[in-house]
Amino acid sequence: MASIGDGSERQRIAQQRLRVLAGHLRRLGAEERPGVAAQECRAGAGTTEPDDKPPCSVPKRRQDIMKWNGWGYADSKFFFNKKGQGEFTGKRYRLSGLILPSLKDWFEGTFGANLQHKSPAVPSLNTSAVAPPSLNEAFVEELKSTGIPFSHDTEDRVFRAHGHCLHEIFSLRDGRVGRCPDMVVWPNCHNDVVKIVELACKHSVCLIPYGGGTSVSSALECPPEETRSIVSLDTSQMNRILWIDEKNLTAHVEAGIIGQDLERLLNESGYCTGHEPDSMEFSSLGGWVATRASGMKKNIYGNIEDLVVHIKMVTPRGVIEKSCQGPRMSTGPDIHHFILGSEGTLGVVTEVTLKIRPIPEYQKYGSVVFPNFQQGVACLREVAKQRCAPASIRLMDNEQFQFGHALKPQVSSIFTSFLDGLKKFYITKFKGFDPHHLCVATLLFEGDREKVLQHEKLVYDIAAKFGGLAAGEDNGQRGYMLTFVIAYLRDLGMEYYVIGESFETSVPWDRVLDLCRNVKERIVRECKEKGVQFPPLSTCRVTQTYDAGACVYFYFAFNYRGLSDPVHVYEQVEHAAREEILANGGSLSHHHGVGKLRKEWMQETISSVGLGMLKSVKDYLDPNNIFGNRNLL
Amino acid sequence: ASGRGSTEVDGFWDILEERRRTSDLSHALRTFNPQPYKGAPPCSSSELNRAVLESQFLRHVVKEVSAESGEPVEVVRDEASGLLEEMSQNLQLTFIRLLGFSLSKVFKRLFQKILINEEGLNRLQQAIPEHPVILMPNHRSYIDFLVLSYIMFTYDLPIPVIAAGIPLMSMKLIGEIFRRSGAFFIRRAIGDDKLYWALLSEYVRTIVRIGFAPVEFFVEGLRSRTLKSLPPKLGMMHMVLEPFLKGEVYDISLVPISISYDRVLEESLLAHELLGVPKPKETTRGLLKARKILEDDYGSMHVCFGEPLSVRGLAKGTVNRWQYNLVPRDLPAKPSEETLGFVSGVAHLVVRLQEKGMVLSPWSLIATVLLQNPLGMDLDALIQRTCWLRELVEGFGAVLHWTGRSCEVVLSSLSRHHSVVRCEKGRVTLVEEAGASPATPEEGVFRRAAAVLMCASYRNQALHVFVRPALVATAITSPTVTDEDIFAHFQFLQDVFSNEFIFIPGTSHQDFEEGCSSLRKCGAVQVCDQQIRVTEEGKDTIFFLTAVLEPFIQTYQMVFRHLTNEPDQPFTERQYITGVRSSTLKRILSGDVQSFEALSSDVQKNVLSGLVRMGGVTKLKKGVRSEFRVDKTTIGRIADKLGKIYILC
Repeated sequence: MASIGDGSERQRIAQQRLRVLAGHLRRLGAEERPGVAAQECRAGAGTTEPDDKPPCSVPKRRQDIMKWNGWGYADSKFFFNKKGQGEFTGKRYRLSGLILPSLKDWFEGTFGANLQHKSPAVPSLNTSAVAPPSLNEAFVEELKSTGIPFSHDTEDRVFRAHGHCLHEIFSLRDGRVGRCPDMVVWPNCHNDVVKIVELACKHSVCLIPYGGGTSVSSALECPPEETRSIVSLDTSQMNRILWIDEKNLTAHVEAGIIGQDLERLLNESGYCTGHEPDSMEFSSLGGWVATRASGMKKNIYGNIEDLVVHIKMVTPRGVIEKSCQGPRMSTGPDIHHFILGSEGTLGVVTEVTLKIRPIPEYQKYGSVVFPNFQQGVACLREVAKQRCAPASIRLMDNEQFQFGHALKPQVSSIFTSFLDGLKKFYITKFKGFDPHHLCVATLLFEGDREKVLQHEKLVYDIAAKFGGLAAGEDNGQRGYMLTFVIAYLRDLGMEYYVIGESFETSVPWDRVLDLCRNVKERIVRECKEKGVQFPPLSTCRVTQTYDAGACVYFYFAFNYRGLSDPVHVYEQVEHAAREEILANGGSLSHHHGVGKLRKEWMQETISSVGLGMLKSVKDYLDPNNIFGNRNLL
Repeated sequence: ASGRGSTEVDGFWDILEERRRTSDLSHALRTFNPQPYKGAPPCSSSELNRAVLESQFLRHVVKEVSAESGEPVEVVRDEASGLLEEMSQNLQLTFIRLLGFSLSKVFKRLFQKILINEEGLNRLQQAIPEHPVILMPNHRSYIDFLVLSYIMFTYDLPIPVIAAGIPLMSMKLIGEIFRRSGAFFIRRAIGDDKLYWALLSEYVRTIVRIGFAPVEFFVEGLRSRTLKSLPPKLGMMHMVLEPFLKGEVYDISLVPISISYDRVLEESLLAHELLGVPKPKETTRGLLKARKILEDDYGSMHVCFGEPLSVRGLAKGTVNRWQYNLVPRDLPAKPSEETLGFVSGVAHLVVRLQEKGMVLSPWSLIATVLLQNPLGMDLDALIQRTCWLRELVEGFGAVLHWTGRSCEVVLSSLSRHHSVVRCEKGRVTLVEEAGASPATPEEGVFRRAAAVLMCASYRNQALHVFVRPALVATAITSPTVTDEDIFAHFQFLQDVFSNEFIFIPGTSHQDFEEGCSSLRKCGAVQVCDQQIRVTEEGKDTIFFLTAVLEPFIQTYQMVFRHLTNEPDQPFTERQYITGVRSSTLKRILSGDVQSFEALSSDVQKNVLSGLVRMGGVTKLKKGVRSEFRVDKTTIGRIADKLGKIYILC
């Protein structure tokens, strides 16, 4: 590996990861301020825009920089240029501005799609198609007197009426908008939230908390049967780090902060949380708590439930929080666990104390090629058994490996392409790997330089026992980049009659292979049965390892030409795939949550007594269903 | 569709035809390159055995057995290894070729034709690469599985691994040949032998999981001595289904295979075994003399490959696979009630589909007619009645192998079965065993019974076609029946006889419908205003159908009476059979019972199992052997009800 001997190169790599995560905000550089200080909420005094607000990567008017009918930033998207080559626009990502020569062939070959057959979206939101807001006048009047900003602008409402499920985006591209929140409020601090919740209870208004809007469980959908006025409570303006405790390595943060800002601000003080869900560019701290999020590097830092030390939540019954910050308590069932995963049904998480860590000295990507998926899973299992998993270890199946290759940018020199050719020759011809079976694990190591190098050797040695060959840093890094751009790729597909989505589960080790095989096959067969004309893309990867099992992530997409109701077909197939997951010992969800999409399985999942327990908590905290998004229960 | 005028049943193809034209040697040495399931790599028998012995499941059971018996783990493991040696197959292509060569020779001498449905074979060919395949033939003859392997070899399909009974293995040379052609051997009466069960089930599951070869087993468990379908055995069925239920494979294809013989090689053995009388010496020796068999004419055999059944499809909405989520899949666990119900349903369905795929021989119809005319018939009358019956069974949806003009068909059948019937001076009668005139009246009865039972076996091959309409017919014509309770009568009869005939549990409504619609189609009944009425011209059909059931009803009543008259004390199965036999013999001699079929130990055993199921008899475990105790009131009640529905003449 070239980087080991080369000091400056090493440094470059170490910095690179951080730049990927936070780098696309540098444009704000001049105005940037360290928003780290112990601060009190001043909104109570009637200010609508506290002047101590840190710059936020996503503005209050999301429509200024975000797509209204697709994923992410409006300036970043895939398209096929006139020569039919794939390109990615904008300047924000490593792929931005690059040509992707293999994308077209992969795209057409995999889906039977054709660049001539386009399925364009409606060009812009037709605001007249949106039903006018039904406002609760008394609520609005009293809210005005508090000085908390709010809006019933149509775009503001539409932006907060959906997450990123396929059916939600598909409708928007079609120009169809369902039930929207009737207004949006932007509390600036915990006390603002207390007031809003009080008013909502008083005037019987339905509140739906909104963080980063990255839900893929229909959690943000307004229940069509809701007759009260629906208010979207957008936490995005509660985005300050209130204090950092360097002695205990904790930070107290407002829950509306989004992942990339949290990481950037902490980095400025030399710290990080290490919590990096794939959605971290847009998703919020409060959202992570409310859905039991999982981060890519959980092997070092833990998942959200391991990271939180203290949570403050405003409920219709009052504010719930613990009285101290002891690292562990034996005080009955942990009340945090009623809040974690409550999906906005009980209240609004306003402030969270999180563990933080010093920024790691050294970071290194890596990858291993295995002759087949079974060997790869066996290796991951062994790594988990020896408890020596790197910060991240993920195993892509063969389809995803090929997918990754389709996103290789044009190589800059003949030398690189010669090297690539040589590598391929070595693996397929010399080592006898079948290109249609081999699969690749991507790795990310983090920590002291010495320890990382030792750790790396240990993992590669284990991999070798399962027939794994080290395949370079570049492959590893590309694998991780893929997770940030995959959602953009879906938008590209939708331009050409291809729809798809990802879903996930967690499963005991001994069932990983069976579950992967059966679910992938079920998808293929269901598609055929439902009249899908071309074989779908049905692929998976193991994205997290645990002592007793793993998290598996599926991508599923197909060409819907010839189908009259593609979204319905999609939903039927996804439903069948979930049934298959459950029948193979997988969980209902590892980190996406339940929302409304997976509610029907809750009773079987946690037993009717379990469901009753959760319901009784809901009944106590919110007897009038003010938090009426109807998720989960 | 039966091909009037044409020679063969539609879609069937004679595989011997080519063998008669081209070299058997080049057939045996041809390139054999079958496509296995998902390109599964070949798995040698030692690899397979190692996988079984090293499985988590087996290691666990070995430890358990060691703890229970006090034997050291190593000893138990060695024992397991020995048992596995005894059990395991050792499939070798060279042997398949050798076998292929000799079978070509033998089959050509024995059979005029071996007919297979090509469409079914094509479906099988397509199913094999998709999912693990289970071949599920019915079992009427020792050569069943030889024929199947031979067909698979001929059509370039993977040679199956076959579950065989251990008695086969004990035939020294034959056992080894079978082993090398893919048979593995299962002990009879495994009972509570935990280690053996564990080995067997893990062995079978491993083969299904790896999928390198189709598994073939006889769901009826045994070769049917009566040529009638046997109620399925569920142990092996459960083993092959488990890998699907536990998600270890995506799906499993079950292929019902119906093998029908014009004449069964073992026919003379059948009746003797059923009567429990020693076979005449020379017959035993004679039978084993291949030469004698090879000289005889066994007509044609049909092998019908049914539509592959998707286990996933069958399980949908029936079994909740979540039940396997909470316990490691490779630890022994008792199957749930739900699973057992599913396994039983699938097994019964397969037997039923085997029945439906049978190609009936005209001889089965002739035998049916002859049994209803025990004193013999004029040839003309026989031909006429057989043709009438042919119409009827074809109307009921059966497939018949009827090649040529009716009188020729009947005459050639009669001559092929010269061991059972004789046609002299235009009169057809049953053949009784030759020899000195019987020393005692009892011996006379047995001689007569042997002939009747042989005839009955061939009738049994067609029995499944008649059973449902016959039960409806019996219910309708019952003197006690009212319009409302025809179905109740039907259900009662079905319950009593469900060890005798194959009914899929929980489908009596469909069975009733099927019976009624068969009767309606042949014009025997009319249904108007939800009332079923026998038509004038249908009376003959109804009479015929009830007469088909009569021997069974008679035997059941006979046994009921016997049991209620016996002194009240527990008995073993052997004591039961001896007791029933002697009391039947007495009643036949006294003229009290007419049907010689009452002497069939098969039917007698079925009555006993039926009574156990219905609570008329309690099974008591006593050491290795079971004992039975009679509940006379319950039996009396059943007998009473049956007696009212059907009054014996």
